[in-house]
Amino acid sequence: MAAECQRVDRSSHSMDKSITLPPDEIFRNLENAKRFAIDIGGSLTKLAYYSTFQHKVAKVRSFDHTAKESEGDPLYEISMQEEVSARLHFIKFENAYIETCLDFIKDHLVNTDTKVIKATGGGAHKFKDLIEKKLKLRVDKEDEMTCLIKGCNFVLRNIPHEAFVYAKHADSEFRFQNTQPDIFPYLLINIGSGVSIVKVESEDKFERVGGSSIGGGTFWGLGALLTKTKRFDELLQLASKGQHTSVDMLVKDIYGGSYGSLGLTGDLIASSFGKCATADKESSKEDMAKSLLHMISNDIGQLACLYARLHNLTRVYFGGFFIRGHPVTMHTITYSINFFTKGEVQALFLRHEGYLGTIGAFLKGAEEDTSLMPPHTLGTTALSHIRFDPNQYSWGENYAGSSGLMSVSPDLNPMQRARSGTFDMLEMDRLERQLVNLPLLQDPSSYVPDTVDLSEDALAREYWLYCFEEALDGVVKRAVASQPDLPEAVERAEKFRQKYRHKLQTLRHQPFAYGSLTVRSLLDTREHCLNEFNFPDPYSKIKQRENDMALRYFQKAVKSLELLSWEQRQFALVKGLLAGNVFDWGAKAVSDVLESDPEFGFEQAKRQLEERPWLVDSYDQWLERLKGPPHKCALFFVDNSGIDIILGVFPFIRELLCRGTEVVLASNSSPALNDVTNSELQILTQRIAEMDLVIQSAVKEDRLTLVQSGSSSPCLDLSRLDKVLAGVVRERHTDLVIIEGMGRAIHTNYYAMLSCESLKMAVIKNSWLADRLGGKLFSVVFKYEVPLGHKHTTPDHVPGTTS
Amino acid sequence: MEQLNGCQGKRKSVDMENEDEAVQPAVPPALQSGPKHERSNCNSTSGNMETSTAGGSVSDERRTSSSCRQRIDSLRKNRPPFPWFGMDIGGTLVKLVYFEPKDITAEEEQEEVENLKSIRRYLTSNIAYGQTGIRDVHLELKDLTLCGRTGNLHFIRFPTQDLPVFLQMVRNKHFSSLHTTLCATGGGAFKFELDFRQMADLQLLKLDELDCLVRGVLYIDSAVSSPSGCYYYENPTDPERCVQKPFLLENPYPLLLVNIGSGVSILAVYSQNNYKRVTGTSLGGGTFLGLCCLLTGCSSFEEALEMASQGESTRVDKLVRDIYGGDYERFGLPGWTVASSFGNMMCKEKRESISKEDLARATLVSITNNIGSITRMVALNENIERVVFVGNFLRVNTLSMKLLAYAMDYWSKGQLKALFLRHEGYFGAVGALLELLNPS
Repeated sequence: MAAECQRVDRSSHSMDKSITLPPDEIFRNLENAKRFAIDIGGSLTKLAYYSTFQHKVAKVRSFDHTAKESEGDPLYEISMQEEVSARLHFIKFENAYIETCLDFIKDHLVNTDTKVIKATGGGAHKFKDLIEKKLKLRVDKEDEMTCLIKGCNFVLRNIPHEAFVYAKHADSEFRFQNTQPDIFPYLLINIGSGVSIVKVESEDKFERVGGSSIGGGTFWGLGALLTKTKRFDELLQLASKGQHTSVDMLVKDIYGGSYGSLGLTGDLIASSFGKCATADKESSKEDMAKSLLHMISNDIGQLACLYARLHNLTRVYFGGFFIRGHPVTMHTITYSINFFTKGEVQALFLRHEGYLGTIGAFLKGAEEDTSLMPPHTLGTTALSHIRFDPNQYSWGENYAGSSGLMSVSPDLNPMQRARSGTFDMLEMDRLERQLVNLPLLQDPSSYVPDTVDLSEDALAREYWLYCFEEALDGVVKRAVASQPDLPEAVERAEKFRQKYRHKLQTLRHQPFAYGSLTVRSLLDTREHCLNEFNFPDPYSKIKQRENDMALRYFQKAVKSLELLSWEQRQFALVKGLLAGNVFDWGAKAVSDVLESDPEFGFEQAKRQLEERPWLVDSYDQWLERLKGPPHKCALFFVDNSGIDIILGVFPFIRELLCRGTEVVLASNSSPALNDVTNSELQILTQRIAEMDLVIQSAVKEDRLTLVQSGSSSPCLDLSRLDKVLAGVVRERHTDLVIIEGMGRAIHTNYYAMLSCESLKMAVIKNSWLADRLGGKLFSVVFKYEVPLGHKHTTPDHVPGTTS
Repeated sequence: MEQLNGCQGKRKSVDMENEDEAVQPAVPPALQSGPKHERSNCNSTSGNMETSTAGGSVSDERRTSSSCRQRIDSLRKNRPPFPWFGMDIGGTLVKLVYFEPKDITAEEEQEEVENLKSIRRYLTSNIAYGQTGIRDVHLELKDLTLCGRTGNLHFIRFPTQDLPVFLQMVRNKHFSSLHTTLCATGGGAFKFELDFRQMADLQLLKLDELDCLVRGVLYIDSAVSSPSGCYYYENPTDPERCVQKPFLLENPYPLLLVNIGSGVSILAVYSQNNYKRVTGTSLGGGTFLGLCCLLTGCSSFEEALEMASQGESTRVDKLVRDIYGGDYERFGLPGWTVASSFGNMMCKEKRESISKEDLARATLVSITNNIGSITRMVALNENIERVVFVGNFLRVNTLSMKLLAYAMDYWSKGQLKALFLRHEGYFGAVGALLELLNPS
């Protein structure tokens, strides 16, 4: 894969478009909304509901091959089917809209048997009657802190890049944290009108260990008294413009300089507002607001540190309306924490901090609700008799439906300004499978899937955003072509274009909107947007055609390989795999050739490959390794359909099987670009097994296994894989991981450290990337790695041909 | 850091790790991450320091140089010549202690130079000096024996902003002719060193304020047995039965010493020579007064306190019961707990309904409670159960003392005891005086 790139006219950047959404784009899928929760704070309301929605999926079904087979019949048929999926919706809006929103919900809520709405937050009692009257739902109040913690656990577990460190002056203000395999224990400092300090030890165990009355309410209340400024946001704006040194008594005001023997620098605040007792001149509003902000932030930071130390915790998350995405307060709190702990504890913030209460209230309701059955589509009905516990599933942030993090900094860009004060959304898709770490990651806590963080690399960001924008017309064209029977596809494709273009524009200005910006996130966002407009598999027909074509050459390819000597064959297998990987509709350079010259053949591709030594070349070590004992089991993350999988991967794994190595082929659970999906691969494997005895016996003897990766991305996140896959990997004592293709081995996992041997192979089909890596177009990366301290026995003989 | 040469390298009482940090240049704390870390290096942001202080030490060279002009008779008896002063120049107040010898022999009387006599008479016959100088007569310690001399110790204070007036007076009284050493501590000893030299021809002996503070506290505690200078509040959680009781501070260690001046310093004291500054906060007496001046238009600490005593903070603060209608049982928070200081002031109607007295009271309560809660956390982290609160914020401030006593007792479930000392803000100055008499 890679950025899909059809050359097109560059679209204009229209920034003037209003981003305020009409309610029917905010409260989506209301018709099937099942369970509601609401969190009403001092100024914002957060609503949550669960919905099921129908969407199209592309299914493949094998034809009956016992019947007569005529040349030209496709291998399998593709059909569009309706499937039901589950989604969580979270919407945030100003309290002023609450009545309008309730009316809208009432009008659109048809198919629900919901009787109760869970409510939390300080404003819940104030609006209780209104909610009950409008929605005819009974308001059931939930403890605020319990909801907060529940929500916090949920986002930390399910949203990669949920937590971040804020660094005002760094290249990228937001530094996102890796998802930790174990999120506990942690300290949550909730800064609302007061401060609550909560120690969270496990899903159900938490304790309010302390608090302080000096919090957001103090800033707001005292600030309003001192400056006659009424709004919280305005106070923050004032503060960001002020100079606290005219209000505060600094160390140097007392000492004339620093207090060196204690290491207290002259600029430290000795006494907040200390100058106001004697100063003759009036202090400005800005200066007082600034001093107040420092005073409160420092005080909270200090207490947070004292509690963190007492409980021996280093993960400290901050939330509450005082923080809520305000760069000013995130900065002062971060500063304070750094000061008091000398950098030992980092202040962590959460992208979806504002939603924690409503998420928690929703989950609380869902746990109690036995009537709420999850809809099942993939044969998991066995689960439907148990209670719906959202914690039993993995959930994924839907980039198409979520607004993303926005900055409310005083000098924000026009786009953000237009959005503040409107609606903000978070949508979480329920994933069909529970996702876990690959057990073979050397250090799961330090694993980062992505090779380049585009939020930190401005040049790369610019290139890739441009690249994806360039490719957009081609994607639209292909999406339309994939549904020739549906006339409204054109209109839907147009909507897709607008949505994705808008996302790209957002990311241009807020690269941090969905966590670290990466090629993977750009690709995933596109897949989410395509799905959003019912283009589940634009490549289905192309994949089908290529699979058919490649299958015809399979036997011939295997035969020619068998004629080679052992050593020649090993090289030919690697070369074949790499050449196969050149066939990739995802890569611009290749899709150009494929479309203009369909005769571009396998042999040509091999010739096109860079000669050895390759850009990254550890083939010699690999060959040496092959002279040794066979691996126990190889896990192979496959890439594209067609020539890649059939003429590249299959001969390669056939050799492994012959050596006595078991093989697990991991493929995508759902479509992404032209990547082969698990259901396609099942049909292909069956067909190949019919032609090839090695594959046939391997399938029969369960030495060749197909598993789903759990992903539907052209990239690969080894920390979010199907739990079943992880089980298989463990059971089979997997000792070799093979990762193929640009998306999985270059854009992601290039630096991934595994605890067993690994092989990362890709052809670089993007000239910009090739350039960056010091190579050229069609440069080869062949990276064979053995973890440090790993030994295998040296071979005492060179095995002969094994076929 | 150069200004501090006078006291560098002699803070042997401080933990080594702190000492280390102290030598570092003024790198933003954010950047000073290092592998070492103990509880103690939680230096405050807020430096705070101000008021009070006592007991430091001085390098030998300096002593020699400044003592060369001492009068022969005193040298013979191995004590400095009169007058004996100790001074602590804080961010808000200057504290001065003066030892008035009462055992002056006729011979001495005759020898006594006129300037010295006039200074003694001026200080002891007045209780107010100029517009703002005040002698705290009630604190005077009578018949104290210091360095073999018996006399009375006087406690005098004036605002730091009036230091120029003071210097003028010193000059007029030809203080410099006495060739005495003026031991001074507090930030002002450093900040105003040049002014002392230029305006009053006086060379200051600069002393570290925390050294002086610790020394002063421990000295007064040991020297003044009756009436005890140390007291606590019995039944702090019951307003009806809450009474001040003397406390015998035997075996004082370890103790947490919380000095509330303009800002706040919190020290853990393990012995006379072993203490460390654990942390501090910038929310101190200066914050109370500063905010009160802004909010109520008052202009003095006394005025602010007077207003506070008449106000009602619960109209300004948002209490737990304002939010939950009663106790927040889930977490054992009683309804009367302040949930948000000034929290009610978020609301316009409430802003319009409160009095200046209410605001003064709320300010006092917020600052005091905050100091209480930081202190309590430090006590837990340091595993110390005895807390001594000093500093001029507590002067005539029974309200705050009772609040602190209450907070310590209530939130620690009786584990922590809050102690107070009668000479609140003068320990730094006492420590400076001791340094004059017994250089450490």
